[in-house]
Amino acid sequence: MRKIILTAVIGIAIAFVVFLVLKMIPSERAAKDTLNMGVSLEPPHLDPTAGAAAAIDEIVYANVMEGLTRIDSSGVVKPALAKSWTISGDGLTYTFKLQTGVKYHDGTSFDSADVKFSLARAMGEKSVNAQKALFEPIASVATPSADTVVITLKQPTGGFLFSMGWGDAVIVAPESADNNKTNPVGTGPFKFKSWSKGNKIDLVRFDGYWGTPAKLKSVTFKFIPDPTAAMAAMMAGDVDAFANFPAPESLGQFRADPRFEVVVGSTEGETILAMNNGRGPTKDIRVRRAISHALDRQAIIDGAMFGNGTPIGSHFAPHHPAYVDLTGRYPYDLAKARQLLADAGYPDGLKLKMKLPPPSYARRGGEIIASQLKKIGIEVEIIPVEWGQWLKQVFKGRDYDLTIVSHTEPMDIGIYARDNYYFDYKSDAMKKVMADLDATSDEKARYALMAKAQKIISDDAVVGFLFQLAKTGVWKKGLKGLWHNAPVQANDLTGVYWQ
Amino acid sequence: MTVFLLRRLVTLLITLMVASLVVFLVLEVIPGDPAAVMLGVSAQPDTLAALRAEMGLDLPATSRYFNWIGGLLVGDMGTSYTYDVPVSELIAERVVVSLPLALFAIVLSTVIAIPVGVLAASHHNKPTDISVMGVSQIAVAIPNFWFAILLILLFAVKLQWFSAGGFAGWQDGFWGGMKSLLLPAVALALPQAAILARVTRSSVLEILGEDFIRTARAKGLGKSAALWRHGVRNALIPVVTIMGLQFSFLLAGTIIIENVFYLPGLGRLIFQAIAQRDLIVVKDLIVLLAATVVLVNFVVDMLYVVIDPRLRAGNHG
Repeated sequence: MRKIILTAVIGIAIAFVVFLVLKMIPSERAAKDTLNMGVSLEPPHLDPTAGAAAAIDEIVYANVMEGLTRIDSSGVVKPALAKSWTISGDGLTYTFKLQTGVKYHDGTSFDSADVKFSLARAMGEKSVNAQKALFEPIASVATPSADTVVITLKQPTGGFLFSMGWGDAVIVAPESADNNKTNPVGTGPFKFKSWSKGNKIDLVRFDGYWGTPAKLKSVTFKFIPDPTAAMAAMMAGDVDAFANFPAPESLGQFRADPRFEVVVGSTEGETILAMNNGRGPTKDIRVRRAISHALDRQAIIDGAMFGNGTPIGSHFAPHHPAYVDLTGRYPYDLAKARQLLADAGYPDGLKLKMKLPPPSYARRGGEIIASQLKKIGIEVEIIPVEWGQWLKQVFKGRDYDLTIVSHTEPMDIGIYARDNYYFDYKSDAMKKVMADLDATSDEKARYALMAKAQKIISDDAVVGFLFQLAKTGVWKKGLKGLWHNAPVQANDLTGVYWQ
Repeated sequence: MTVFLLRRLVTLLITLMVASLVVFLVLEVIPGDPAAVMLGVSAQPDTLAALRAEMGLDLPATSRYFNWIGGLLVGDMGTSYTYDVPVSELIAERVVVSLPLALFAIVLSTVIAIPVGVLAASHHNKPTDISVMGVSQIAVAIPNFWFAILLILLFAVKLQWFSAGGFAGWQDGFWGGMKSLLLPAVALALPQAAILARVTRSSVLEILGEDFIRTARAKGLGKSAALWRHGVRNALIPVVTIMGLQFSFLLAGTIIIENVFYLPGLGRLIFQAIAQRDLIVVKDLIVLLAATVVLVNFVVDMLYVVIDPRLRAGNHG
């Protein structure tokens, strides 16, 4: 018995000592020139030219690596490594004047040869660039001098400057390109310092930066995939900011807390109820229109996204100047929807399969849409799938009736003109508009064509257009300069500071 | 003894062969092309083909299996598809989080459970016993991830004594690392401790009814001396068995707990690797975990022999 008491006493004493020691270790507090940024997804690697993962750009874009041009917080093309450019009258020759005195983080200097190298690498046969199509229009790249690059295109491509601002088009150096996956070397205001896999990535300010130096001395990206953990990490002060907070349901709690600022902006993520235009009942435009009439978008946004999101009527971001509001094209009208179904030969309703990938917008949205479609007699069988299965079955195999997915690439309405895309939609009118768009560089004319494209796919009810994903940012009061909207998926920290 | 060891070694090898074959086949069957997952929805077919060739995915299944196994035999675990670094490097980075965490949890649960279990048994049907049983019943029922969230809410969000998660790393000293692991270890240890305490209690109770305890008492040994000198040692065999089993559960538990506390351990790695279709990492890790479990069972078998010398004779036969 005495031994038991002794053991217990020793145990308690040890616990007490451990506790005291732990209390003495000061927990980290952010100083005024450092930032702990929470991100929910860890990038697979850090080379934006060799993978589609948005998580790569969220770390390196504009911070570590830069392209000829860059896209700013409002989605406008701005000069970056190219300080200016001229476009020939026929829209085929782009002459870029480069910044001079630019150094890579490893000390090597940047010149026109690096641009040529980067573009050739992205276009090459062995290229694993996820957006190889961006470089498709390039016919040749010439470097008449160290600070001049002349790019000749095969055909006029109105969006070329925008394309060169993508993360996939950053300029890398031949000396370091092969190691960029683990040790990214760029020309940006921040230098990669270390990566503790599964844990965090540290960036530090690059003192040899050619432009305006960053205000923050160092930045740590912490990977917190679990929404509950993300919530706790913000509340406990472990992270200062979440540019894309993963759980919309918790935003109310942050709004109520005076320590935090909540900013809801928009993204390039058009969330759609994709329909198979190539087979099954949804091949019939009347069925697709019936479904479009039966969708109550606001109910979907409220139920699936806790009210965060903007209804859309076509595949275009509402914050873009060429946006046309087509949300009224198919008003919520159950009688009309039933009539359309009857006309299509389904007076007694029909059954459809809906394959849902993992994100909560899809899983939650799918439940709501299934119950909405039930009202017009469409019985929806929900099949949850993983991303891997989704890519194989839906995206590649086109084995589906309905699916929900968010298309997060900027300016991606061109997918509706692609052959063999997973919607299996074929429209010569749409193809022509997209070809004309490529051949036009006048901004006004381009906007008119973009509007036309939006109307075509809306009229054809190619898919059910649901809503634009919101960017839900949460950060500590006093932190300034983070992007409110996300025209590209990036956490541009070049102008971020503490007030 | 040598025969025993040899037999164990053969079992270990067979288990690993079977495990490797099963995991390889399962991963062959489930859909999901790692190259497609990496390149996303707008990749072009030729880009995809280039990446598949780079990753060796275009080879037939049998040669991929033998390449993999052959590599493992010479200590080459392959290269992660997603991270593009050797898998052994990834695992080495993660082991320094998961192993201390699992050991910390085991030590914590043992240090709590055995004294508490013995205490309860020696106060059979008294208030101490009843309250220990009541508390342990609740602790068994609490899922560890939920308990983890409660710990975070109290100690990180409310009191702000600890971080809500993450790993400070060992480079800033032992205590910094231990501090990051304390809450996760407690969350992992509590349900384990509760089970272990209950097993210890019933095992000790059973032993206390045995003839040799009565003999010891008759010879004049005091109650607690008889309990500690003769009772506990004899009661340990079922306890050690449960601890061995618990180690496997602990490994599984780290997958959840490491996600709740966003710790960069093996559990998170396996979870991430499955989601990203980093199949080589998944395969290596499963074989590694299987090997660990087999090894722990082996250690448990050895412990039986240490605890109960009678088993030694049995193994010669």
